[in-house]
Amino acid sequence: MILAGIEPPAEFVHWWFASGFLVLGLLLFAEALVGSEVWGRRPWRRYLWPGFAFTMGVFMWPVSTFFTNSTIHMVAHSMWAQVLMFAGGAELGVARGKLHSQYWRLTSALGLAASGVALLVHEQNHWLFSRAAFLHHALGWTVLVAAAFPLAQALRPRSFTAAMGFASTFFAIAVLLYCDRDVAPIFGHLSFYAGILHR
Amino acid sequence: MSADVAHELRRKVERERVVARTRSARARILLALGPATSIGGLAWAVVQPWRLTLLHPFGQGFYWLLAEPPLYVVLVGILFRLLIVPGIVADLEEQR
Repeated sequence: MILAGIEPPAEFVHWWFASGFLVLGLLLFAEALVGSEVWGRRPWRRYLWPGFAFTMGVFMWPVSTFFTNSTIHMVAHSMWAQVLMFAGGAELGVARGKLHSQYWRLTSALGLAASGVALLVHEQNHWLFSRAAFLHHALGWTVLVAAAFPLAQALRPRSFTAAMGFASTFFAIAVLLYCDRDVAPIFGHLSFYAGILHR
Repeated sequence: MSADVAHELRRKVERERVVARTRSARARILLALGPATSIGGLAWAVVQPWRLTLLHPFGQGFYWLLAEPPLYVVLVGILFRLLIVPGIVADLEEQR
């Protein structure tokens, strides 16, 4: 009861994570633009985005514990925590030189695909039920389709298009998460069952 | 024979010029990325000023004052430009 009183609304947490994805997008975009040789000239830079993704995964655990109001929500958020930590950890291993295969990029593809499926499965309502429902569907399909980019990177590590696509995915996730509101209409539609519109 | 060498040299110089131009363009894009992000945040703040509760702070709760998403975007752009970009551009220029 006390916790419910002090915890921020879910939409705020979505905006904080949106900022995290925006940072990830900028880092990946910069790396794609200059190439991995220039990017890796300063060793700390190689750890930046994998470390950031891993940290976001760690912060996703309290979200799955305190901000979920159903089992399926908790499972979905826990899955995102796991895939963020798994993909971030694998990329950290590659950056450190402990892991060598280019196919470790498949962990990011797996992460995006699993995240997309989790988003689509755990949204029980139709697209125009509310803005949150719409964004779950939009995010799910975006992330699921975007899994093709890291998959392409695993097969062709120097592909500029795949690297830019991967970076752009995080910009798209950030924009969609920034659009989230707890209860708000989408294109003028808001179901009677969605709850009371608050801002 | 010497004409071939001259042509080859000219082609090489031309190629190097193209590469240099491309790299400069990359540096320019990189330098513009942070400010462009911040401008995006500012544009959002102008379009939806009610998202900035700092502009009308009275009666707002702690989290409503903490959550200023357009300012987050501006801040991310500024930090990226100041902390990340200078080193990358320096390495890019060094490679030239």
